[in-house]
Amino acid sequence: MSLPDQALMLVLAVPLGAAVLLALLPGYKLTSRLSIAASLATLVAAASLFRADLPVHGTYLLVDELNIVFIVLNTFVAFTTSVFSAGYIGYELGTGRLTPTYLRFYHAMYQLLIFSMNLALLANNIGLMWVAIEIATLTTVVMVGIYRTHEALEAAWKYFILGSVGIALALFGTILVYMAARPVVGEGADAMVWSVLVEHVAAFDPALLNVAFVFLLLGYGTKVGLVPLHAWLPDAHAEGPTPISAVLSGLLLNVALYALLRFKMLLAGNEGSIAPGPLLVWMGLASLVFAAFMLYRRSDVKRLFAYSSIEHMGIMAFAFGMGGPLANFAGLLHMVMHSLTKSAIFYGVGYVAQVKKSQKIDDIGGLTVTHPWLGWGLVIGVVAIAGLPPLGIFMSEFLLVSSTFAREPLLAVLLVAGILVAFGALLLRLNGLAFGEPRGGTASAGVSFAPMYAHLVLVAIAGIWLPPPLVAWFDHVAGLLG
Amino acid sequence: MDGLAFEVAHLFAALLVLLSFVQLYQDRLSALLNVFALHAFALAASVAWQAYIQHAPHLYVTAAIAVVFKGLIVPMALHRIIQRLGIHREIETVVGIGLTMLVGIALVALSMVVMLQVTTGADPLARQDLAFALAVVLLGLLLMVSRRNAVSQVVGFMSMENGLMLAASAAQGMPLVVEISIAFSVLIALIVIGIFLFRIRERFDTVDVAALERYRGERA
Amino acid sequence: MILGTLGDLAVQLVQMLLVLGAAPLFTGFVRKVRARLQRRKGPPLVQPYRDLYRLLRKEAVLAENASWLFRATPYLVFGTIWVAASLVPTFATGLVFSWTADLIAIVALLGSARFFLALAGMDVGTSFGGIGSSREAMIASLAEPAMLLIVFPVALIAGSTQLATVSEFMASPEVGLRVTLGFALVALVMVAIAENARIPVDNPATHLELTMVHEAMVLEYSGRHLAMIELAAAVKLLLYASLVASVFFPWGLATADGGIAAFAAGGAAWALKMAAAGLLLAVFETVIAKMRVFRVPEFLGAALMLGLLGTLLLFLTRTL
Repeated sequence: MSLPDQALMLVLAVPLGAAVLLALLPGYKLTSRLSIAASLATLVAAASLFRADLPVHGTYLLVDELNIVFIVLNTFVAFTTSVFSAGYIGYELGTGRLTPTYLRFYHAMYQLLIFSMNLALLANNIGLMWVAIEIATLTTVVMVGIYRTHEALEAAWKYFILGSVGIALALFGTILVYMAARPVVGEGADAMVWSVLVEHVAAFDPALLNVAFVFLLLGYGTKVGLVPLHAWLPDAHAEGPTPISAVLSGLLLNVALYALLRFKMLLAGNEGSIAPGPLLVWMGLASLVFAAFMLYRRSDVKRLFAYSSIEHMGIMAFAFGMGGPLANFAGLLHMVMHSLTKSAIFYGVGYVAQVKKSQKIDDIGGLTVTHPWLGWGLVIGVVAIAGLPPLGIFMSEFLLVSSTFAREPLLAVLLVAGILVAFGALLLRLNGLAFGEPRGGTASAGVSFAPMYAHLVLVAIAGIWLPPPLVAWFDHVAGLLG
Repeated sequence: MDGLAFEVAHLFAALLVLLSFVQLYQDRLSALLNVFALHAFALAASVAWQAYIQHAPHLYVTAAIAVVFKGLIVPMALHRIIQRLGIHREIETVVGIGLTMLVGIALVALSMVVMLQVTTGADPLARQDLAFALAVVLLGLLLMVSRRNAVSQVVGFMSMENGLMLAASAAQGMPLVVEISIAFSVLIALIVIGIFLFRIRERFDTVDVAALERYRGERA
Repeated sequence: MILGTLGDLAVQLVQMLLVLGAAPLFTGFVRKVRARLQRRKGPPLVQPYRDLYRLLRKEAVLAENASWLFRATPYLVFGTIWVAASLVPTFATGLVFSWTADLIAIVALLGSARFFLALAGMDVGTSFGGIGSSREAMIASLAEPAMLLIVFPVALIAGSTQLATVSEFMASPEVGLRVTLGFALVALVMVAIAENARIPVDNPATHLELTMVHEAMVLEYSGRHLAMIELAAAVKLLLYASLVASVFFPWGLATADGGIAAFAAGGAAWALKMAAAGLLLAVFETVIAKMRVFRVPEFLGAALMLGLLGTLLLFLTRTL
C-alpha cells in the first residue's frame, strides 16, 4: 500500500481501535495514557501526509490542499487535548465529580469523536461525510451530559434536539445534491463522490443546487453555531467537561464549517446557482455583532468564551461569504488560528475552574498573582483571541478587514465595529480575571501547562511567519472557493 | 405498469403525509406512539414499493429495518417507558391542535411548491416522492416544535427521519452505504435518547421539557 | 312522447316518495342495530313510523311569544330537505329533476334548512334553544367549508358538480386509484356525522340538555311541528347516506332510460348500500364515545384538513 493510503488508514483506524480498547480497559491511569498514545500515533500518521503528492483521492477518502492542514490541525489539537484531559479528568476523579465507569466511557467516546472528525475531514463521499458528522454530534451530546446534573442534562438535551434537526436538514440537502448530480454523472456511488461532483458541477441544475445549499446551510450552519441557529452552543460549552468545550470550539465547529466549504466550492463551479455569499455574509455579521454584545453580560467564564467562539465563527462565515482570494485566505487562516487559540484558552479556563472551584467570573480574580503560569498564559490567550498583534488572529482579521474595505466599505465598518465591541468586552473581563485582588482558592493546579503554551507559541509564531507550503495550499484553495 | 407504479407510490406517500397529520391531531401519548408505528409501516410499504419498481433489492433491507425497528421495537420500548413514567395521558401542546394542523397544511403546500419547481428534470415518481418527503420532514419538525413533552418531541424527530428515508429511497441509485448508515445512526440516536429519558426521569419527576427551563443557566 | 315524459315524472315521484317513506325505516334500523350491539332487544323497526303518527295526532303547543318564524320553520325545513333528498340519486341517475341536482345546490338547500332551524331555536328565547343554536352555528361554520372542500376535488376529478355526471364518472374505469377520493370520502363521512348530529358530535338519544346540539334547538316543538322536524332529520340522514353511496360507490345505479328491471335492480342495490351504511353507522356509534363540545371544532378541522390535503394532492398529480 502506498504511503498516503497507509497513513490514511492509520489516521482512521487508530482512534477507532483505541475507542474499542478504552471501552474495555479499566483503570484511569492506563486509559488516559493509552488515549494520549493513540492521539500521538494519529498525529504522526497525519503529519506523514505532508510528504504525499496532493491531491490523493479514492472512492471514499480524499486528501487535498483544503483538508491536509485541517487533518493535521485536528489530530494535533486532539493530541494536546488528550494530554490536558489526562490531568483534568484525573482531578475530577479525585473530587468525585466523575466515577471510574464514566471515565472509561469518556475516553472511549473521546477517541470515537476523534475518529468521526477525522473521517468527516477525509471523506470524499458526501454521504459518508454526513454520517461522520452525525456520529461526532452524537458523541459530543453524550459527553456534554456526562456530569448528569440538571443543567448538564438540559444542555445536552437542547444540543441533541437542535443538532439532530440540523443533521436531518443537512441530509436532505445531501440527497438533493445527489438528485442534481444523477442526470449528469449517472446513478450509484459516483454521484456522491465529491471529486467527481466538482468536475461536472457546471452541468447540474442550478435551481436544485440552490435549494440543496439552503438546506445544507441550515443544517451544517446549526452545527457551526451561526446566529440564529446557535442556541445550543453556550450551554453545551458551559456544562460539559472542559476538554469537550475545547474540542467543540476548536475542532467540531471547524469541521462543520469545512463541510459547508466543500459545498461552497461545489456551488462556485456552477454559474447559474445563487452566490452563497450574501447569505453567509449576513449570517456571519449577525453572529459577530450578536455575540460581541452578549459578551458584556456573561457571568460564567466558559459561557463567555463560548460566545467568543460564536463571534469568531461569524467572522469566518463573513470571510467566506465575501469571497475572493484574499478574504478566503483570511478565512482559512482564521479557522486554524482560532482553533489553536480557543483550545488554549479553554485549557487555561479548565484549570482555573478547578483551582477556584467555580466557573463564575465573580469568584475568580488575581490569577497572575496566585497562579502566575496559568494567569499569564490566559492573558496571552485572551489577548490573542481579541485580535491584538502580533499574534495569529490579528493577521487573519487584518487581511479580512483590508480586503473587505477595498470592496464593501460599509460592511468593513460593521465588521470592525463588531470586532472592537468584542475586544472591549474580552479585555474588560480579562482585567477582572487575571489582575487585581486575588479571589477564590489558591490551591495549586498540579498539572502541566505544556498544551496551553504549545498552542500559544504556535499562534505567536504564526502571527509573524507562516510556513510557505501552508501559504501555497491556502492560496490554491482560496482560488477554488470562488 | 408505469401508471400503476406512480399511483401506488402516490398512495403510500400520501398515506405517510396523512399519518403525519394524524400524529399532529393526537392528544394522548399512547395514541401518538401507535400512530407512529403505523407511520413506520407506511414508510416501509413505500420503500418496499420503490425497491420493487427500481429493481433495487437493497431497499428491501431498509424497509425491513423500518418495520422491525421503528414499527415494532421502538414503539414498544417507548410504551414501556411512558407507562413507567406515568405520562401516558395528556400531551400539552404549545398552541391549539387546530392551529397546528393549519400550519401543517401550509407547510405541505410550501414543500410541494418548492420541490416541484426545482425538480423539473427528474421523473414524476421521484418528484412527487421528494415533495412528500419534504412535507413529512417539515411536519415532523412541526410536531417537535409544538409539543412540550420530551417523548413526543422524540416521536417528531423519528417521523422526520422517516421522511428522510423516503427521500433517500426516491433518489434512485443512492448507494447502500448511505442507507445502512442512516439506519445505523438512527439506532445510536435512539439509544442515546433512551439513556437521556431515563436520566431525565432520574433527575426530575416529569418529562415535561418546560420543567427543564428552570435549569437553563443564564438567560442567553 | 307524453307518455315518456309522464313516465319520467312518475319515476321521479317514486324516488321522492321512496326517500320519504324509507327514511324512518332507516333510522329505526340504525337504532335496532345499536340496541342489539348493546345486548338490548331495542324498539321494533317500524317504531319511528309509530312515533310520527303519534306526534301528528297531538296538539301543537306554542309559546306565547313564538313568532311566524317559529311556526313556519318546520315546513320550511321539511320542504328544503325533502327537495334536496329527492335530487340525490338513489336507484337511478339522470331523472327529470337531475339537471338541478348540483352538489353545490344541495349544500345550499341543506344550509338554508339549518339556518331556519337555528333561528327558530333562538326564537322563543329559552336558554337551551340558544345553546343549541350557537353550537349548531359553530359546527356549521366548520362543516360547510369542509363540505365545499370535499366537493371541490371531487368535482375537479369528475369534471362537473352535477351528481349524475359525478356518479357516471365514478362508475367508469377512468377513475383509477385516487388517494384524493379516499381523503374526500373520509372527510365526507366526518361531515355527515357532524351534520346529522350523530355520535361523536352529538347524541341523538340524549335527554341531558347540556349535551344536546340538535335536540336543544327543537326542544320547544311539539305535535305536528315536531313530527315534521323529526321526519326531516331522518330524511337528512338518508340523504347523506345516499350521497356517499352515489358518489363513492355508484355501482348498480340505473340510468334514466333503463327499464323497470334496471330500476328494480338499482333499487335493490340501493337498499343493500343503505343497509350497509346503517350497520356501519351503528357500529361506529357504539364503539366511539361522544366528544366534548370544545373538541368538535378539532374534529371538523380534521375534516377540513383532509379536504385541503386531498385538493393539494390533486394539484400535485395534475402538475406532474
